[in-house]
Amino acid sequence: MMEKMIFGRYVPADSLIHRLDPRSKLTLIFLFVCIIFLANNWQTYAIIGIYTFLLIGLSRIPIRFLYGGLKPVLWLVIFTFLLQLFFTREGHLVFHWGVVKIYEEGIRMGFFISFRFFFLILMTSLLTLTTTPIEITDGLETLLAPLKKVRFPVHEMALMMSISLRFIPTLMQETDKIMKAQIARGVEFASGPIKDRIKAVIPLLIPLFVSSFKRAEELAIAMEARGYRGGEGRTKYRQLSWKWGDTLQLVLLVIITILLILFRS
Amino acid sequence: METPIVSLNGVTFQYDGQERKALNQVSFDIYDGEWLTIVGHNGSGKSTLAKLLIGLQFPSEGEITVCGIKLNEENIWDIRKKIGMVFQNPDNQFVGTTVQDDVAFGLENMGIPREEMVHRVEDSLKKVNMTQFLHQEPHHLSGGQKQRVAIAGVLALRPAIIILDEATSMLDPRGREEVVETVRALQDEKSLTVISITHDLEEAAKADRMIVMNKGELFREGTPEEIFSMDEQLIQLGLDIPFSVKMAKAFRSAGIPLSKHYLSEEELVTELWTSRSRM
Amino acid sequence: MDISLSHVDYRYQVNTPFERLAIQDVSIDIPSGTYMAIIGHTGSGKSTVLQHLNALLVPSEGVVAIGNREIKAHQKNKNLRQVRQRVGIVFQFPEHQLFEETVEKDIMFGPMNFGVTEAEAKKRALIALKQVGLAEEILEKSPFDLSGGQMRRVAIAGVLAMDPDVLVLDEPTAGLDPRGRKEIMEMFYALHKERQLSTILVTHSMEDAASYADQIVIMQQGKVVKQGTPEEIFSSPADLVRMGLDVPEVVRFQLKLEEKWGTKFEKIFLSIDQLSAAIAKQLGRGVES
Repeated sequence: MMEKMIFGRYVPADSLIHRLDPRSKLTLIFLFVCIIFLANNWQTYAIIGIYTFLLIGLSRIPIRFLYGGLKPVLWLVIFTFLLQLFFTREGHLVFHWGVVKIYEEGIRMGFFISFRFFFLILMTSLLTLTTTPIEITDGLETLLAPLKKVRFPVHEMALMMSISLRFIPTLMQETDKIMKAQIARGVEFASGPIKDRIKAVIPLLIPLFVSSFKRAEELAIAMEARGYRGGEGRTKYRQLSWKWGDTLQLVLLVIITILLILFRS
Repeated sequence: METPIVSLNGVTFQYDGQERKALNQVSFDIYDGEWLTIVGHNGSGKSTLAKLLIGLQFPSEGEITVCGIKLNEENIWDIRKKIGMVFQNPDNQFVGTTVQDDVAFGLENMGIPREEMVHRVEDSLKKVNMTQFLHQEPHHLSGGQKQRVAIAGVLALRPAIIILDEATSMLDPRGREEVVETVRALQDEKSLTVISITHDLEEAAKADRMIVMNKGELFREGTPEEIFSMDEQLIQLGLDIPFSVKMAKAFRSAGIPLSKHYLSEEELVTELWTSRSRM
Repeated sequence: MDISLSHVDYRYQVNTPFERLAIQDVSIDIPSGTYMAIIGHTGSGKSTVLQHLNALLVPSEGVVAIGNREIKAHQKNKNLRQVRQRVGIVFQFPEHQLFEETVEKDIMFGPMNFGVTEAEAKKRALIALKQVGLAEEILEKSPFDLSGGQMRRVAIAGVLAMDPDVLVLDEPTAGLDPRGRKEIMEMFYALHKERQLSTILVTHSMEDAASYADQIVIMQQGKVVKQGTPEEIFSSPADLVRMGLDVPEVVRFQLKLEEKWGTKFEKIFLSIDQLSAAIAKQLGRGVES
């Protein structure tokens, strides 16, 4: 199950979309979330659809992989559709059987809202599939930089994010190790009544907390020894470079926006 | 006599809430370009010593001078440009998400311009033989490789002194060898002063000078030869003696005469060879 | 209790792009009462073998027999608890598994999971604590207030209190100072002798393997490449060197001496005293002739 989930996963590849600057991708997602609400008829949804699949095509993420990964979420989309279908009471009555009444507007709304939901999921997945978490962090740090003026700790947030990303695999290994040590001491994590299973988590969580605190402490000492004293006067090694492709990409987005405004009813 | 690069004078330190002093009236000098090994059982104060040298703690009495500057709370950031430290746990000092980011971390802190950083990152990774791992993430590296990256991170800052605080104790024999060889090559090639805190006697045997710590006090200072002549006393201090000393002892009790007290393995072999050919 | 692995393969993350064969066709026999050392580099598969010894991992191919219980590939293996009670594992840096409020409770945790009564577990905790060389006063303390070396001993006591027939040790002395290292190794050896406890030591240290084990298994790239008594293993040191492994210091010294002298001793000596006696004899004979 976990292996098939694609939410928040990065798939390395060399595509146009992978090469885009994370700032332009983040801007794209942000604007996309806004302009999708401009769509209100078949034409405009078609424009959004073509646009989304164009980007997916350019990203070289295999459609089958995307489908497999999004399957669990598709149920949610279908559920949204059914909800709209059965509970919208506007327009012509199209179908009537017992208590089930389906109206024309219900079909329309069902399609539109579930499409909107579906495209949003596709686009955000596209961002995480083609951008490493650290690139996203860098992108956010730069985009949010103006907030430093109002004393928002942008640098600290970004550092925290990148350190967390760095330590996720380490903590996973650690969890596995402690879990095995406790199984060897007779703990059963995967069977028995719920009450016992919850109790079984304690011998796992406490050692993990203890070791994480120790790690944090040692890491802080190591960082200080290497001269870290806050964001002031720091230079950055990781560099983002805005290329013509990024500008072009945003121009395309503007065109899409204009088309949406022209075709919406 | 050369002038010392680091000198400690009557340094005393006590952790909050502890009765015993972690360090008591410790005085010694460290000279430019030497390899100094500090040994002692766990809790002998040797790691506290390292923390004081890099200004993570301050002595309650006495003073520490580094490169002619008396260490205090105002100038620690300057001192840290001169002293780099590699810690025990390879994972808990790896800050960056990839090898190159980690090496760059210290440079970023010092506000080095980016072009210079790129150059220094590459250069330091070359020195520790890790160039091919530039984009690698830490969880794909072995312990020895992570420690080499940590060394590169220190080198990038161009310090005069590097402290290895039990940097090899969590590694397997192969990793240990990698790290020691790397530091040795660096020390040979230019005047880098190495302060190594270790339990590994084979490593200690190769040092220029040794310091033995016991219960927060400086117990003995001398060349490895002088220190290892203490044999039984070292064992009482919770330390070990190198193999060649154990072997020599066994020879003496088996009635084989040896010319001097401490002999390296090679010397021992040669001596046995001469005594055989003399017969 | 006898343990045997026959033709065991183990694959990590089966059916994913990350699938990896960790051990291949591993067959090892560990008769009751053996002290066996498993040696190999990091990544040689020795930790994977270790986890099969009490069914933490179930083989992808082959059979693991632990006492009269067989754990086979391709089938549901239920009720592994009984197996785990018989085989205690001391993992690397075992102090990381401590979690209870007091030392006593932590040592009692294992036995009580396996259905031992509280009174009995208390009794065992005290015995185990003494075995690892700690004082009774420590029982009421929090394990997190102890020194690193003491924590290690408490964790080991927690495994001993389960009263296993087999003790599996994964680098039990990593990170300790020389005195601590020696004390812990001697303690395990004494337990092995007194209680006829089968002991399986996974280690990098050729010295420990040479001084304590009666059987040595050498692993490389997921396979068993050599198996035998310490004398057998170390009598062909060239093989070990070729595999990038060390030979014990005393053997290394003997080899250097043989090279210099241009003669061979009748056998490989595994202790300093034996070697020095042999050398003295050689030198003595030289005087006579």
